[in-house]
Amino acid sequence: MSDLETFRAETAAWLEANCPPEMREPMTGEEDAVWGGRNATFKPGQKEWLDIMAAKGWTVPDWPKEYGGGGLSRAEAKILGQEMARLKCRSPLSSFGIWMLGPALLHFGTEAQKKHFLPPIARGEIRWCQGYSEPGSGSDLASLQTSAVDKGDHFLINGQKIWTSYADKADWIFCLTRTDKNEKHKGISFMLFDMTSEGVSTKPIVLISGQSAFCETFFDDVKVPKEYGEGVSSVVYEVNKGWDVAKYLLGHERSMISGGGSEGATSLGAKFADQVGRDEMGRLDDPMLRAQMAEMDIEVLAFRAMAERFGDTFKAGLCHPAQPNMMKYAGTEINKRRHELIMSAGGSEVLEWESDATNGGMTARSWLRTKANSIEGGTSEVMLNVISKQILRLPGA
Amino acid sequence: MPLYLNDDQQMLHDSAAEFMKGEAPVAHLREFRDKQCKDGFSHALWKQFAEMGFTGIMIGEDEGGLGLGHIEAGVVLEEIGRNLTPSPFLTTAVAGVEALNAGGKALRDKYFPGILAGETVLGLAIDEGAKHRPDQIGMAATREGNGFKLDGKKQFVVQGGSADMLIVAARTSGAAGDDKGLTLFAVDANAAGVSRDSARLVDSAMAAHVQFDGVTVDADAVIGEVDDGDTVLRRLLNAGRAGAAAETLGVGAGSMDITVDYIKGRSQFGELIGSFQALQHRISHLYSEMEIARAAVLKAQQMLDEGSSKADLMVSVAKAKAGKATSLSVKEGVQMHGGVGMTDEYDIGLYMKRDRALQEFMGDVNYHTNLVAEMHGY
Ligand SMILES: Cc1cc2nc3c(=O)[nH]c(=O)nc-3n(C[C@H](O)[C@H](O)[C@H](O)COP(=O)(O)OP(=O)(O)OC[C@H]3O[C@@H](n4cnc5c(N)ncnc54)[C@H](O)[C@@H]3O)c2cc1C
Ligand SMILES: Cc1cc2nc3c(=O)[nH]c(=O)nc-3n(C[C@H](O)[C@H](O)[C@H](O)COP(=O)(O)OP(=O)(O)OC[C@H]3O[C@@H](n4cnc5c(N)ncnc54)[C@H](O)[C@@H]3O)c2cc1C
Repeated sequence: MSDLETFRAETAAWLEANCPPEMREPMTGEEDAVWGGRNATFKPGQKEWLDIMAAKGWTVPDWPKEYGGGGLSRAEAKILGQEMARLKCRSPLSSFGIWMLGPALLHFGTEAQKKHFLPPIARGEIRWCQGYSEPGSGSDLASLQTSAVDKGDHFLINGQKIWTSYADKADWIFCLTRTDKNEKHKGISFMLFDMTSEGVSTKPIVLISGQSAFCETFFDDVKVPKEYGEGVSSVVYEVNKGWDVAKYLLGHERSMISGGGSEGATSLGAKFADQVGRDEMGRLDDPMLRAQMAEMDIEVLAFRAMAERFGDTFKAGLCHPAQPNMMKYAGTEINKRRHELIMSAGGSEVLEWESDATNGGMTARSWLRTKANSIEGGTSEVMLNVISKQILRLPGA
Repeated sequence: MPLYLNDDQQMLHDSAAEFMKGEAPVAHLREFRDKQCKDGFSHALWKQFAEMGFTGIMIGEDEGGLGLGHIEAGVVLEEIGRNLTPSPFLTTAVAGVEALNAGGKALRDKYFPGILAGETVLGLAIDEGAKHRPDQIGMAATREGNGFKLDGKKQFVVQGGSADMLIVAARTSGAAGDDKGLTLFAVDANAAGVSRDSARLVDSAMAAHVQFDGVTVDADAVIGEVDDGDTVLRRLLNAGRAGAAAETLGVGAGSMDITVDYIKGRSQFGELIGSFQALQHRISHLYSEMEIARAAVLKAQQMLDEGSSKADLMVSVAKAKAGKATSLSVKEGVQMHGGVGMTDEYDIGLYMKRDRALQEFMGDVNYHTNLVAEMHGY
């Protein structure tokens, strides 16, 4: 057996032996995701699964071991993912720290920052939120106004963020601030601070899904120390160079959001045919819906191939740096269409908003939530602008 | 295996790209079309394909070929698509060779040397109606002596008129629609009772209607097993479909490239039209569709090369997705060229015509979409 085959066999056996049965059931709603943090609450099996995976470094399998990772090669990490999918193991941890901040720190952080911030992310101890958008700065993010004024040993922060996902549940924030009013892109800094700091407050925003995972976040004379310890600066990279960090992080955020496009490895038709009904030939008995579902199966399988190819070319340094924008665009548009079809398949039964039968309108709420996929992390229109300009090199705009 | 070309495949890609662009660019297709060339492709070019080693890609090394796979065949096909190069490569060196690979040694010894030399051309006599319906094959092959007698009609046999041998799918038992009972035959195209009626297609390629009237073949002509032609046919179809998807991808990529170039240079309202967001968003959407199609095609080829049990599914995904992306590419291409896109002088229309023919070859988007639903059990 090759090393990788041995690794696959051992991984499968370990997962089989260690993944709690509850963590191998399909998720039934957003509350089944584990976000960790200082105030985390856990359902049966969740904490156990998180701890045992974190101990192996497998919440972040391809991070280096010294920062709490598994130190796996790209090929090994891919196998771990495949085996988890095959055995239907849930992800042990959902985390903006893993998806967004971690990669940015690995790339831009000092050694002291990495040692300080990364291991708690890997263990799910600190929950992070993202303070980028402001009421006046959405697509034109670099126009942001939240100010950070140098006061010697600390920065004084004033301003407002909006759309901050889970700000009310997060422990810390990675936040873009303006440290130079005279420069647009070169006057922004990338800062890390505690959400319990004096002067930080949040107010939930209710979405069309009826859920409110999103907040307005206010900073009123918040004092952010320059250092949390020897070499552990609160600013990542350098003052006024935060836009580089922000863009790098957005690349990861966009790849992550695009993952929705490959969600649902299971075929829609295979899942819903019996529920919708079958004709005497065994076919889904709504021919137009059947056709649309088969088209969606093709989109999803093709997109998954693209995601795999993106991962492989990214690691090998063979893909265009703006490729995540394309992934984000394509993945989110597919995911939205997929959820439209799921609503069609459910018919009138999934319309019940507050009944037990629909688990509190879960299907409908998920459908509405997906509409944000092509807005959050940069809108589809903005992704298309980037592709036009940076990949196809079209003039103007 | 990572999902991108390895160094050897990249080298093959570079030489195929250079060869096609140098020896057989779109101007080559125009020349053959304008001369009303009866075969629709250049025999001299087919020999050059052989000199480049392309015709032996799918033939085993011990039989004089390169012993490579679907990915490598696809690399050449994509460049064929990008340059609209007319050739019998897909039918002969890819689908035809793959079928013969599933057959006996005697047949391979008989046909491989000619294919390797760029002298032999194969035609695929599969479909009997206007749409690709291999499960509906009804043509009869009845036992006679130590062989068989073939009667029936085939259509859309690409390059059938110039083919030396036809791979014919016929029924040795059962009726149209049955799973079993098919047999594949290697039939000399000049055998008594074979009549071929070629027609020029929209893309200037030639395809034949072939009539079989009591054509007798002996048992040696059977490719694979009698009544179990389904196995060989599946290999032939998978190779042909994945190959057609790769060529389609090349057509879409080529058409997108010339369109991007065009809108970078054409001014209206005092601006380059490529600076208008209305066009930028549409072509960036197209770019993203082409990238997805590219990954699907490569994944299908990789699965075929690995002998994966899910290869059939991914081949249908690839053929459908490449078909969708490329038809978008040629439609947007003609539209964004404005009036000149309608003229014969500009190449974009030639891409649109080639795409239309490739869509029908071995199953269109709807056909493969339906197959995906069936394979998924609904
Ligand atoms: C559910 C959700 C979660 C979010 N989570 C976070 C978070 O955790 N942290 C955070 O910082 N932010 C978050 N966001 C904010 C998100 O990043 C912004 O909403 C997004 O960048 C769009 O900005 P906007 O809402 O101001 O829209 P606007 O920029 O006002 O855009 C409005 C419309 O105009 C279009 N448009 C704008 N500019 C152009 C242009 N140049 N060309 C063409 N069309 C254009 C847009 O595409 C859009 O359709 C979240 C948003 C949502 C909906
Ligand atoms: C079959 C045919 C018959 C014709 N008959 C006649 C006739 O009898 N008499 C006559 O005078 N003319 C005739 N025309 C010409 C026709 O009116 C022009 O082709 C048409 O106005 C488009 O102009 P164009 O070809 O220069 O394209 P362009 O203006 O170069 O446009 C190229 C592409 O850019 C797009 N584009 C251009 N400007 C913008 C913009 N501001 N924003 C977004 N997209 C833009 C266009 O939509 C198009 O997709 C004919 C054309 C054809 C094809």
